[in-house]
Amino acid sequence: MTATLKDELIVAVYREARLLDEGRFDEWREQLTADAHYWIPADPADTDPLRQPALLYEDRLLLDVRIERFADPHSHSLKPRVRCLHVLQQPEVLTLNEAEGQGEVEVRYVYLETQGDRQLVLGAVARQRWQRQASAWRLQQKRVDLLNVDAPLPMIQLLP
Amino acid sequence: MNPSYRNDPARLAGLVQAGRVHRDAYISSEVFDLEMERLWSRSWLFVGHADLVPNPGDYWRSNLAGQSVFMLRQADGSIAVFMNRCAHKGAELVLDTQGNMGKLIRCPYHAWNYRLDGSLMSLPLKNDYEGSGVWESPAGQGLSRPGGVREYRGLVFARLAEQGEDFESYFGEVLTILDLIADRSPEGQLELTGRPLLSEIRCNWKMYLENINDSVHPISAHESAANAAKAVAARLDEGRDKELAMEQLLPFGASYSFYTKMGAKVMANGHSIHGTRFSLHSSYAAIDGYEAMLRAAHGDARAEEVLSFTPQNTILYPSLAVKANPSVMRVLRPVAADRMVLEVWALAPKGAPDVLRRQAVNYSRLVFSPLSVVAHDDLRLFESAQEGLHAQGNEWISLHRGLRQESSPSLPHEVEDGNDELLMRNQFRAWAKGMAPAGEQA
Repeated sequence: MTATLKDELIVAVYREARLLDEGRFDEWREQLTADAHYWIPADPADTDPLRQPALLYEDRLLLDVRIERFADPHSHSLKPRVRCLHVLQQPEVLTLNEAEGQGEVEVRYVYLETQGDRQLVLGAVARQRWQRQASAWRLQQKRVDLLNVDAPLPMIQLLP
Repeated sequence: MNPSYRNDPARLAGLVQAGRVHRDAYISSEVFDLEMERLWSRSWLFVGHADLVPNPGDYWRSNLAGQSVFMLRQADGSIAVFMNRCAHKGAELVLDTQGNMGKLIRCPYHAWNYRLDGSLMSLPLKNDYEGSGVWESPAGQGLSRPGGVREYRGLVFARLAEQGEDFESYFGEVLTILDLIADRSPEGQLELTGRPLLSEIRCNWKMYLENINDSVHPISAHESAANAAKAVAARLDEGRDKELAMEQLLPFGASYSFYTKMGAKVMANGHSIHGTRFSLHSSYAAIDGYEAMLRAAHGDARAEEVLSFTPQNTILYPSLAVKANPSVMRVLRPVAADRMVLEVWALAPKGAPDVLRRQAVNYSRLVFSPLSVVAHDDLRLFESAQEGLHAQGNEWISLHRGLRQESSPSLPHEVEDGNDELLMRNQFRAWAKGMAPAGEQA
């Protein structure tokens, strides 16, 4: 039995989170489209990341800087090591356009980030837009709304 | 067994010495309590931006020196600030961050009602209070207010203490920087771009504030962010390194000598301008049509002044640090000796090209968000210093750089070398004055 595009999309969503959790950033980068954006708004009502302050809004260029820095021995903030875990609920495919190779997914999850004796726990809902390219799903946009976005947040060093 | 700083003014004053500060200024909770009660209560603190409360009845909740307050737009258009507690039993009158309360302030607990000016209007079962003495007691006097409130170029400040320096004399010349920022708008006004970015930082507020004037840390602290930006920029096609993000990130790799030449100015009460000659913000690309727009609005001389003077940071001691270009404000809200909250506000000059708004929004996110790769190294190091100070052996932090004979120059004072720790020493000069017991602030 061949997996449907929808099944493959759900697999891609789980894989994307796993690549972040396992620090496989080169592979994570490869599953992004060239015009991909990662967005964590400062307010759930925000609609324009270029005109409203966001916690994070990064294109490939800025994501490259972020990932490049992970490997730098002078990244003081990453000592001791920082690790994360995305505990995902079953992703929900909101729309799927097989002809255009486009899909939208919503996924709810708990994000854990740990460093030394500290552990940060965040609830999140991500809305993702995926694009079919060269027989694979590629992530084009990921908007992450953090549940406790009203609170002053401690530093979050990996990608929720 | 610990001797008390409250009861021993000489010991408290001894925390600040020539070129050094005792660690208790950063780690003692008693010193922190005295800071809030004395220094912070006597200082003019940033409450919020007037745009947060555009219409009568609009409120914005804030925090001054650890105390809950709210600002409230009055029927006559002015802005009042009240302590956020009911005169009855202390319940907070404003529970939400922002909203409109209509024509009266109603306590959610027992329905005591106040007019927008804070006076007590009505309360339930009024007859039961006859002869009780409540009208003569503080409960009958309505809401408490800070000692002073002042709006300046859309920014609202308050001084908690009843007695103290007036607004103009407290800030003095540093107010010209707020004028400079406002005049980046052809209309002379800044507008908010959204909610502030909030960070919780586990360090003493002074560590954060000193670092704003510390140009020696970027080369080592921000090495990883600067290296990463440089490496990525090197792989880019020609011209793409002019992109906004790179334009704002790459200067973090500037050398010690760059900052030395940048210059500074220190003023009475701890205020300072860092980067009086130029700064990392001086080399941003010109914006089409903007200069002509400012010349038409403000005249040639003022337009040139506004465009050419873009200091690295200006501190309105102790609660506010501002950048002119990009127009970003950082507000410190101390929580405990080892904890503070940072509010970062991105502002947009009204009527100016939209790119100025995007620059402020971009910078606040890229450099000051809790997810910023630049901020991460700062915060990790502040938090580690907060830990490190507990180690035995040396109980002092050093602020000796540049210290010669001028331990207390007459103010304001032009600082030749932007790396001189005189900027921090000047903060502590104000600190020592602000921490003196009541009536002894020489």
